[in-house]
Amino acid sequence: MTERLVIIGNGMAPGRMLEHLFEQAPGRFDVTIFNAEPRVNYDRIMLSPVLSGEKAYDDIVIHNEGWYAAHGIALHRGHRVTHIDRDARTVTSDAGVTAPYDRLVIATGSNPFMIPVPGRDLPGVLAYRDAGDVEKMLAATRKGGRAVVIGGGLLGLEAAAGLKLRGMEVTVLHVMPTLMERQLDPAAGYLLEKELKRRGIHVATCANTKAILGEDRVRAVELADGTLIPASLVVMAVGIRPNVQIAKDAGLEVARGIVTTDGMQTSDPAIFALGECAEVMGQVYGLVAPLYEQARVLAAHLAGDTAPRFVHQDTPTKLKVTGIDLYSLGDFAEGDDREEIVLRDASAGVYKRIVLKDNRIIGTVLYGEAADGAWFNDLKKKATDVSGMRDTLIFGQAFQAGQGGASADPLAAVAALSDDAEICGCNGVCKGRITGAIQAKGLTDLDGVRAHTKASASCGTCTGLVEKLLKLELGDTYNPAAVQPMCPCTTHGHDEVRRLIRAKGLKTIPAVMQELEWTTSCGCAKCRPALNYYLVCDWPDEYADDYQSRFVNERVHANIQKDGTYSVVPRMWGGMTSSSELRAIADVVDKFDIPAVKVTGGQRIDMLGIRKEDLPAVWADLGKAGFVSGQAYAKGLRTVKTCVGSTWCRFGTQDSTGFGIRLEKFMWGSWTPAKLKLAVSGCPRNCAEATCKDIGVICVDSGYEIHFAGAAGLDIKGTEVLGRATTEDEALEIVVALAQMYREQGRYLERIYKWAKRIGVPEIKRQIMEDLPRRRAFYDRFVFSQKFAQVDPWSERVSGKDKHEFRPMASVGYAEAAE
Amino acid sequence: MSIWIDIGALGDLPLRGSRCVNTPVGKIGVFRTADDRVFAIRNECPHKGGPLTEGIVHGHSVTCPLHNWVISLETGAAQGADEGAVETIPVRVEGDRVLLLRAAVDARAAA
Repeated sequence: MTERLVIIGNGMAPGRMLEHLFEQAPGRFDVTIFNAEPRVNYDRIMLSPVLSGEKAYDDIVIHNEGWYAAHGIALHRGHRVTHIDRDARTVTSDAGVTAPYDRLVIATGSNPFMIPVPGRDLPGVLAYRDAGDVEKMLAATRKGGRAVVIGGGLLGLEAAAGLKLRGMEVTVLHVMPTLMERQLDPAAGYLLEKELKRRGIHVATCANTKAILGEDRVRAVELADGTLIPASLVVMAVGIRPNVQIAKDAGLEVARGIVTTDGMQTSDPAIFALGECAEVMGQVYGLVAPLYEQARVLAAHLAGDTAPRFVHQDTPTKLKVTGIDLYSLGDFAEGDDREEIVLRDASAGVYKRIVLKDNRIIGTVLYGEAADGAWFNDLKKKATDVSGMRDTLIFGQAFQAGQGGASADPLAAVAALSDDAEICGCNGVCKGRITGAIQAKGLTDLDGVRAHTKASASCGTCTGLVEKLLKLELGDTYNPAAVQPMCPCTTHGHDEVRRLIRAKGLKTIPAVMQELEWTTSCGCAKCRPALNYYLVCDWPDEYADDYQSRFVNERVHANIQKDGTYSVVPRMWGGMTSSSELRAIADVVDKFDIPAVKVTGGQRIDMLGIRKEDLPAVWADLGKAGFVSGQAYAKGLRTVKTCVGSTWCRFGTQDSTGFGIRLEKFMWGSWTPAKLKLAVSGCPRNCAEATCKDIGVICVDSGYEIHFAGAAGLDIKGTEVLGRATTEDEALEIVVALAQMYREQGRYLERIYKWAKRIGVPEIKRQIMEDLPRRRAFYDRFVFSQKFAQVDPWSERVSGKDKHEFRPMASVGYAEAAE
Repeated sequence: MSIWIDIGALGDLPLRGSRCVNTPVGKIGVFRTADDRVFAIRNECPHKGGPLTEGIVHGHSVTCPLHNWVISLETGAAQGADEGAVETIPVRVEGDRVLLLRAAVDARAAA
């Protein structure tokens, strides 16, 4: 029989615990999660890159909705548990939901500590703890102004760097004489302070906050010495306190945290504590590595294996601010029984210090060059006697003859690491496990290693090491990019490029290539059209379309054929036409001697075999009859196929033709990652075949059923149902918002069904059907973009645009030949 | 008669772009790369005869619009795994004029 497992809290530790548990004891537990945050499990360590703009929230989600569904987990989002009844073995949430448990895991994490000064409750004073705080900070940065960050520790400095990157004037207040004094010695603290100041961040040390001033929102911060610092945003990052209230109320043993054994069991054998709220053998933890270790131990115990025990390990600290390399580990205080080795390179901004006791490393601080951190950590863990390499130890592994070889080859250094050397600190993964998984599972890329070992799946700083291991194992067959790169011109994948275009505000193709360090001078036929699309999509009003970066069809607005001639398809709105339109087409066909005319699958007419030189004249004649380009060549909106609907059909429930025409008139001209074909059927008999389209609408008596992500080409796939609308206006808003979401997130040439598979249909439903303000924002951005996109390219070219394109440069040699 | 034929002004040739020149011996593609070099090759992909002037110009190469073969503008050879080559045509820029070697485009001279 399945047991009932209830978890209070949905952070990284319980998420990891469940992954282990489902692997070790699949089907054993029915899992219910109460989460006070209204979210899924995301990577909290990566909030700083979200704040700075280097990542988006969606990038840091660890478990999407599909994962919870796949494991049958009941996730109560936005539910705070208010009561644990240990006798009845139930928990109850503030929304009144009660769940019985056989085993209960308390994983409530910690609360940010807010220093008790006047004004700390004012609007504009934030903690830095969760995605909600980051959202509020981002909202504040949009208004600009000045921010004060109280706390010069890890979190405070990451917040300060992020706010500065977002354009705010930032001051860091730190009560101690040097920054990050718990992780850094004064020398490294000084270098860090200097670097932050160089970046324009004000730093005040020995700064005691006396009060936060303001009437209806924060206005300034007052220091004990009377200094006033104006601020429209105050971020408090002075520390965290285990969140133990619920355990205390339930009568469990609580000290600083919820007291547990080294098997994570609280004073009630049916209840376990996990994560930042737990106090294991007298210690509470705040970094992810020991929390993941707790998760591993607890999962084993729940699965019935009580052998694993939690053992304390020093965890290295790294600062996640792009461009600052910093690594600290263990104990680096001075003492009579200790020796130290120090290397300073002032011009390069490098400071390295190793603290030894009895010829063994007990602590390390590295600033400016931290690549050897893992090696020093390994020596420390194994208590290796370093007397034989003392003279060169500080230069790192590459210099150690007999250790890493005398070469400076970084691969050799990694090859020299022993199998139990730790590679991923966050997840406690050693080299042997990674190389073992690469061999046993036949892994070929970073994603595979992440999936099977978790290495490099959290903060990502060990990604370089993992890649070197892949390289060592696979040799030249390994493609060293972290993600499939867009093309050989770059190591960046599509998503990264899109994110960086927005984060760095890049608005031309040369700017993207310069800033993202393209390896070719002007890209290639793969990346240039992709970049051109991304820039058109993100900066519709500012970006000047690069004509030379478009595939020929989009450059000359017709479809190239195998013999170098072109085909031309004018728009027939919703597939409707008239005698005068047909007559105009017939005249054009005769006049230009067009060899073939065909009815397309998208309910319009294709004229094939037109010579390139004739295109502008063909368009001129079509234009006189009222035709515009059908964009049958575009990675953009193609057709909206319709049936005759309630106007003619005895089964029709709505005006499907009218709605199709309305959609087409609204959306024509828009560029999308790949072609976008729509259809509207007037009843479930579905004569317009809407259920295999990119976006389809099925009209029913009560309104409109919106479908998407169908395919009827290389792949055949029925659509997914996105949701229902009761009015045509609502249906239009949904379709348009969906198209915009796809425009913003899709990879170039990725059809909507592939994008949906990658993102997850539930996530798309959540953003379009549940989050109405977000849907509206997508819709508004589409409408804005259309202002610049809805220009008929044919009439532009009839008026002379790109004239040279349709004429040969010269005809030479004929006169002489005729002589 | 000069051994070079004037085919037009450099300004008629867009940067990272190309134009086609009709001759009695077939079409010739004239290309101008981002670093302002000018190349000329026969306008027929060695694969299926695709019009190379319609391709995207990048570096000193052009990608054929039909099946994405990448052709070197310097040597005319297909790049990567594909095999084949297209004839290169001597071209020079004099002042702001672009000139092709007469012998390569003139049916009689070529004969």
